[in-house]
Amino acid sequence: MRIVVNHIPREIPAQSKVSDLLQFIAAQPPYAVAVNLLFIPKTKHSEHVLNENDQVEVIAPVTGG
Amino acid sequence: MTALLPLHSADSLVLYGEVFASRLLLGTSRYPSPQILENTIRIANPAMITASVRRQGSGPAVAESGFWQLLKKMAVPVLPNTAGCHSPQEVITTAQMAREVFETPWLKLELIGDDYTLQPDTLQLVQTAKHLIKDGFKVLPYCTEDLILCQRLVDVGCQAVMPWAAPIGTGQGPLNPYAMKLLRERLQVPLIVDAGLGLPSHACAVMEWGYDAVLLNTAVALATDPINMAQAFAQAVSAGRMAFLAGAMTAQDSAQASTPLIGTPFWHQA
Repeated sequence: MRIVVNHIPREIPAQSKVSDLLQFIAAQPPYAVAVNLLFIPKTKHSEHVLNENDQVEVIAPVTGG
Repeated sequence: MTALLPLHSADSLVLYGEVFASRLLLGTSRYPSPQILENTIRIANPAMITASVRRQGSGPAVAESGFWQLLKKMAVPVLPNTAGCHSPQEVITTAQMAREVFETPWLKLELIGDDYTLQPDTLQLVQTAKHLIKDGFKVLPYCTEDLILCQRLVDVGCQAVMPWAAPIGTGQGPLNPYAMKLLRERLQVPLIVDAGLGLPSHACAVMEWGYDAVLLNTAVALATDPINMAQAFAQAVSAGRMAFLAGAMTAQDSAQASTPLIGTPFWHQA
């Protein structure tokens, strides 16, 4: 199925969970995740099932003012 | 290196019940190099340093991991921001992601209303702050110098507010001293000037008015010598605070001689 990760479309297996996606894109900790503008805590990464056209944000800490 | 002016131990900055020895908060962006950033933090000894969150992979991986290692090494409290958020939902989700990554309830609330001035969306700021406070965040809201806005932020639970002096990154210094002084007269919560300061004298001035702290980034990062500029700002903040506590004289319109007139030589009755 097609999802969008950090504004980039990707094809991933249907029924993938957030944890599967993070492994697929080789996300490096520390990170946090939101799906369709909603925060998914890390305790739910292995439970939350992704759907077609989900908009996923995987963020990391950076400098800021 | 000149020693920094010491803060009186009984005059610490208190935010949400936590005590901080410094009245300077420092941003971490736009420095020429990670090493300069690290040295600047060491010399400035800030109460907190701000940080942000961005899409993983949007910058060089080495920069992302380097900054994370620096945060761990410095052990200065981190204040994550919601920079770049344009809607309450973006703010709330970004805040929750930042809380998980940085493992802190502290939050610099930024809800941007205009991409050119980067001024806050004052119409949605209060409700957004209220939601975050309810969710357990220690919210430091970036706001304007509007008295009613700041009062409403306090009413919904913000224990400090952070009015701008001028638009972010402009270095212009306080553009509306009247309104900023009015805020100090009317509000009892800690006031932190956030955005628009450019010179140590700007920081000293707002501290003389009774403001509790300043938050700086561009003024230090884009200085020719960020490390020494950070030290200058730290000293200016301390000097301004000391002056405020010492109680400045009242400005007068007419001259008054400092030296006594009695006994002036060559003086005679006209």
